[in-house]
Amino acid sequence: MRRIEDYGLSHKEYQHILEKLAREPNDVEIAMIAVMWSEHCSYKHSRSSLRRLPTKGPRVIQGPGENAGVVDIGDGLAVVFKMESHNHPSAVEPFHGAATGVGGIVRDVLAMGARPIALLDSLRFGDLSEPRVKYLFGGVVSGISFYGNCIGVPTVAGEIYFHPCYAQNPLVNVMCVGLAEQRHLKFSKAVKSGASLLLVGSLTGRDGIGGASFASETLSRESENKRPCVQIADPFMEKLLIEACVEAAKLDTVLTIQDLGAAGLTSACSEIAAKAHKGVRIDLSCVPVREKGMSPGEILLSESQERMLLVVEKGEEERVKSIFKKWGLRATKIGEVTDDGFFTALYDGKIVAQIPAALLTEAPLVQLDPVALKPVNSSHVEIPMPNNLEEIFLEILASPNICSKRYVFEQYDHMVGTDTVLRPGHDAAVLRIKGTSKALAVTADCNPFYCSADPYVGAQIAVCEAARNLIVTGAEPLALTDCLNFGDPDKPEVAYQFEMTIDGLRDAVTALNTPVVSGNVSFYNETETSRVHPTPIVGMVGLIEDASRICSASFKNPGDVIVLLGPMSADQRLCEYTRLIHKIENILPPTIDLELEKRLQRCCLNAIKYGLLNSAHDLSEGGLAIALAECCILGGIGAVCELCSDSRADFLLFGEEQSRILVSLAEENLQRLIQLAKNENVPIAVLGRVMGDRLVVKLNGRKLIDQPVRKIKEVYESSLQRLVNQ
Amino acid sequence: MKCAVVVFPGSNCDRDAFHVLKNVFGLDCHYIFHEDRFPPDEFDLIVLPGGFSFGDYLRAGAIARFSPVMESVREAASRGRFVLGICNGFQILTESRLLPGALLRNDGLKFVCRDVYIKVVNNRTPFTCLLEDGQVLRIPIAHGEGRYFIPDDQLREDQIVFQYCDEHGNVTEDSNPNGSCFNIAGVINEKGNVLGLMPHPERCCEEILGNTDGRKIFESLLSYFTRRHDHEAN
Repeated sequence: MRRIEDYGLSHKEYQHILEKLAREPNDVEIAMIAVMWSEHCSYKHSRSSLRRLPTKGPRVIQGPGENAGVVDIGDGLAVVFKMESHNHPSAVEPFHGAATGVGGIVRDVLAMGARPIALLDSLRFGDLSEPRVKYLFGGVVSGISFYGNCIGVPTVAGEIYFHPCYAQNPLVNVMCVGLAEQRHLKFSKAVKSGASLLLVGSLTGRDGIGGASFASETLSRESENKRPCVQIADPFMEKLLIEACVEAAKLDTVLTIQDLGAAGLTSACSEIAAKAHKGVRIDLSCVPVREKGMSPGEILLSESQERMLLVVEKGEEERVKSIFKKWGLRATKIGEVTDDGFFTALYDGKIVAQIPAALLTEAPLVQLDPVALKPVNSSHVEIPMPNNLEEIFLEILASPNICSKRYVFEQYDHMVGTDTVLRPGHDAAVLRIKGTSKALAVTADCNPFYCSADPYVGAQIAVCEAARNLIVTGAEPLALTDCLNFGDPDKPEVAYQFEMTIDGLRDAVTALNTPVVSGNVSFYNETETSRVHPTPIVGMVGLIEDASRICSASFKNPGDVIVLLGPMSADQRLCEYTRLIHKIENILPPTIDLELEKRLQRCCLNAIKYGLLNSAHDLSEGGLAIALAECCILGGIGAVCELCSDSRADFLLFGEEQSRILVSLAEENLQRLIQLAKNENVPIAVLGRVMGDRLVVKLNGRKLIDQPVRKIKEVYESSLQRLVNQ
Repeated sequence: MKCAVVVFPGSNCDRDAFHVLKNVFGLDCHYIFHEDRFPPDEFDLIVLPGGFSFGDYLRAGAIARFSPVMESVREAASRGRFVLGICNGFQILTESRLLPGALLRNDGLKFVCRDVYIKVVNNRTPFTCLLEDGQVLRIPIAHGEGRYFIPDDQLREDQIVFQYCDEHGNVTEDSNPNGSCFNIAGVINEKGNVLGLMPHPERCCEEILGNTDGRKIFESLLSYFTRRHDHEAN
């Protein structure tokens, strides 16, 4: 017999198993428990901290606990969304790792009874000058492209950052957004005893066995040998599953749907049983397998992709099967729901495993043991004042963290579905909802540099920026999903980063009233020599009630007044400018005032609703200068701005002070905007006008930047491809 | 005009085409499943939509051409019904030999999704009769295998309907997104009732999507059909 440690279980955990079972588990059982108690499946390090996050709200239909979160958007419709990581698989096999990451999150949304309508990707890589990073980057992007394009779900937004801390541990976080009629939503609580379990989709093979455990370890030199833990992607099968599941979800006799992801059948069956306080009895001999001679344990733990489990009212199996048959898919009854609370698996008529379902899903929690990190001290850091600000402007514009990601998003079909109103490259993507006057705005955000310098503030900023990105399109932020990427949680400093991040998320979520409805935690993103920055990616969804009032970032009309909503200050804080130009990362990030943020967002949203604005753009990385450049580039039109200030010109241009939005509007609306800002006590400054074909920025009468829009567009849009091809 | 949108396993622009025909143009529109056949005169327009029929793991459109529905499509085409193949639909039409040529992997070897410009080079077709020769349309593409290839002598010049161009209508190498020979974006059969094109007109038919250039192709078809119909009635 293998030793306890080989299963990744501690002796304490094994004792717990013995107590609960009152006997020794057999080999199959211990393998099932071990996988279900892996960090990836059990959230044993994070679950108690996650309870601190606000998850409720008047629009929330379903918070964390099901396959995905569900939010009411009126008209009997609901938006369903979740974000998930596929970091470890992508680190060893980028193409299939990323592709199956897309597949997994799509099935989570599908399981709620929704049709997937949009995908977003948040990616992190090392420095693109390294050949291996190039390989990972190319593999991940083509994996996402291969899978997402084929299944016909548009990839509409996302973000990419590059930093050496991600060289060994790339992050691949994928968010899926779905749309459902509320009456067709599926929840685990609908499960009844006696109902049938139908396994649908792909055959069960030997691929991906142990994937969940693999994702619960730090990567090492041996990780390369874990390549077989990565599953193989079949997007065509997924596309068929989407169509069949969407059709099947319309039947009331389909009680619930469950994705088969990590830990395969073991996880899917035990989740269904535990959530409904029931049991399941399955016959593994019935499971259609890809190859002969698979053992019961292999069938139970296979992570073969593109499979789903449907719980169907007894006697209604044929109707459901016919839907799957139409799409050329297998649907096989493999067992039924029972009353006894046990997960019972039979093979050749013999019981091969019998464990309380709740034992599988409730791993003993592990207490985090955080030790506070010394706060970053910037007081002694001196940043010299450069005299070539215009060159620096172009350099920042070309930074891979700032420049256009067109090279990537043009490899993704971002228009299929004909709902994409605002395409990738804007603050948020906007999708109209056919048959209504509404639209959804979606975004994913996180600046990992802020989080590294101060995880509490960084997490708050991630939430605020996501909300701001929705606001500038005219959307009211509804709720969020998060994907929390960290190192090894048993290390006290990682535990501290994690706890501070949760506090930051909690405070910002509370202030902005955007509850957390779903999410994912990915630990162990580290190797012997490197660890990722704390990277809590926030995916947020907002609602636009009147789709004829969608706002975008591009400058539109010559003569429009350019206005900055929010503070003009220029503190010497961490920003892309300090990192890229001065190689300084270890200073305090920008501060965030949640009350000001709230007022700013309300002010901007109202201005859009009243039809005052012609454009609105969130100020983020690269500060005011880059925001102005982006508005010009998107609009294909110039601007002339005159700033008056005693502050340092460099931080005035590139500082990343928070709670700021750059807007443009017709002069006749200016007074109303000033009044709105005054009412909300939001600082407001008129900067200049939209005009010509150059971007001109002057400070106290002196020209700092004077560049043709055509040139800055070329720099902004060609940079990433140049770096990839170098 | 009664329309059909064919649904192959893996079609993913079927609902988009259906939406445009039914909700934007108010036409009588039906889905036809790949296993089904239909009487040759049942539909006036048959759309083969974009997507990845049967996963396109082999060669785009190579499996779909064997679907039972294609027999009906072939017969309808031979009887003069309009057939419009968009993207994967175009690939299926060339694989089925309903259109000449072949669609190969993009010369950049990557999937490309963006707006391009195409120029109308033959407006004497039912699909372009409301457009001018030389007129430039802005239209989205989204494909990995869109490089049109045909030997010089196998295509009549008037079979080329659309060419990739720059926004001013210049047919240049830079404006060719996939390496198609002669910048070909769309071709028609000799009889003039089967059109295939890689760009997606159904993606640019509504104001809210910021571009309505695609409407002109459907409007042409409608206008041509109505005129022919009236003519026949008289």
